[in-house]
Amino acid sequence: MIRLAGRLDAVGAAQAWSALKLPDPVQGVVVIDASDVSYCDGAGMALLTRLRLLGRQTGCDVRVTGLNDQIQSLMDSIDLNAYVVAPQSASHKILLTESVGRGVVGYLRGTLAAVSYVGELTYLLIRLARHPKTLRWRDWLRIVQASGLNALPIIVMIGFLLGLILAFQAAIPLRLFGADLYVASMVGVSIIRELGPLMTAIVLTGRSGSAFAAELGAMRVNEEIDALETFGIEPVRFLVVPRVLAGTLVAPILTLFANFSGLLGGLFVMLTLGFPNVVFWNQVRTYVTYVDLLEGLLKATAFGFLLSAVGCLRGLQAGRDAGAVGRAATRAVVSGIILIVIADGLFAVLLYCLRA
Amino acid sequence: MVEVKNLDAGYGDKAILRHISFSVHRGEVLAILGISGCGKSTLLKHMIGLHPPLAGQVLICGEEMATASGSERLRMLRHFGVTYQSGALFGTLSLLDNVRLPIEEFTSLPDAAIDLVARMKLDLVGLRAYADYLPAEVSGGMRKRAAMARAMALDPEILFLDEPSAGLDPVTSSGLDALILRLSDALGMTFVVVTHELASIHAIADRVVFLDREAQGVLAIGTPAELRMQTAHPRVKRFFARAAEEVLEERKG
Repeated sequence: MIRLAGRLDAVGAAQAWSALKLPDPVQGVVVIDASDVSYCDGAGMALLTRLRLLGRQTGCDVRVTGLNDQIQSLMDSIDLNAYVVAPQSASHKILLTESVGRGVVGYLRGTLAAVSYVGELTYLLIRLARHPKTLRWRDWLRIVQASGLNALPIIVMIGFLLGLILAFQAAIPLRLFGADLYVASMVGVSIIRELGPLMTAIVLTGRSGSAFAAELGAMRVNEEIDALETFGIEPVRFLVVPRVLAGTLVAPILTLFANFSGLLGGLFVMLTLGFPNVVFWNQVRTYVTYVDLLEGLLKATAFGFLLSAVGCLRGLQAGRDAGAVGRAATRAVVSGIILIVIADGLFAVLLYCLRA
Repeated sequence: MVEVKNLDAGYGDKAILRHISFSVHRGEVLAILGISGCGKSTLLKHMIGLHPPLAGQVLICGEEMATASGSERLRMLRHFGVTYQSGALFGTLSLLDNVRLPIEEFTSLPDAAIDLVARMKLDLVGLRAYADYLPAEVSGGMRKRAAMARAMALDPEILFLDEPSAGLDPVTSSGLDALILRLSDALGMTFVVVTHELASIHAIADRVVFLDREAQGVLAIGTPAELRMQTAHPRVKRFFARAAEEVLEERKG
């Protein structure tokens, strides 16, 4: 017999949990006397249930006595079979294989869906070029305003600070060699060729790519996309095409602003170093060509397409639960940045080969 | 109008409902009834072709949605309209623009005609004065009525309603029931209504399909009166008895 006394709450049950062992049964029966238990809650009942399960494993009958009527009736309603842990050995291996298989199939399905999405988007963009009236231009303008015009202040501010930081960091070592004049050309080339488009794309991914994903994800949760499908309106045409078109258009325009404000940041540093305004612009004009500017804008256009397309894809792929919108936005930002960096690398190789 | 033949419905490879068979007749209001989680909305989504059946068929006006593709599917979609549990109105468009959208997409009517048709649909559901409001600016009941107006924009023969009374107070809910009856009588439309509201069933349903989670299928089909009768399955009778008690308590309260 085991005699339990005091409070069988979370504290008492925790103390007794590992210490308690079943005594040797008398004629196959172990009695747990709980008549001195002053309080028993869910944790206490879990402890008593564990003792009954231990009894079942060792082949003896565990009887709990002395509980008040309410707790006793709750104890009687517990089905021990529901708490017996099934042996894992053989099935565990199958589960592992199954989960790997499911993972691979899921990945392949995701890839197939992405390929099909790119195909559908390309087809719809070509169709739009032939029939421009099929786009809801009012919606498109609203998206351009939200993703482009409203992003302008932050793009200009970050561009200016980037140019300023770059110029300051370069001025310190270059001054040692009397080469601080070349800060202007260095800032010009790096901002216009590389950092302007890249920084704009990353800001747009965080701002517009995630917004597209969240907007479409919320529409999925609110059954708005189901409503479109039951009308026979393709969600990609109605929702994705205007966003992708807006993202592709605003990225190079914002890049122009980022480039200009970056150069202004560099100019500010040069002025503080004692160089006149005209020297800075002459240096930039000498080392930065229109081809550099066009290359940067071409990259920005590609980045704009990628970040908005992947943002919309993540939104369309969102689940229907409360956390789906947040997950879609996170996935849009991560995928967008990865794609932009990969595309930037490919552009670097491609443009190097073209120049060589 | 609609025939469900030996349908297995579910998501992925997991069946939630098995061997479902029933038909919906022209002009009737058929209610799909059952407790929460029994698969009512799942069945509706299979009926409107949002999910392919795991087995069996759904025929709408004699044609199967699941095997149709492209223009054929688009033509079949014109047979019916759907309103969703949440209303599913497009948040950035006004109520009028929500109703205009399908008309703009699928007809070549001039703009003035589209506007008139959309305003008439809103008038039909009593929302003429709210045409220029955004969905977020009107009440839940108004959103549901606007969703019905949008679903009727292209004059479908069948209207599927997913939990039209969910989240509404009894007065607004009975207002929606009255609207369904009015549309059914005036336009001869066929309604398939998913609900668990007993008051709505008694008010609008010609026939009821009772789904059951344990049976993973249809437990009973008949008029509301038939389902209350002694011959009904015990779980059906229990549902009607308990729901009736709730209605009485609500009235007392």
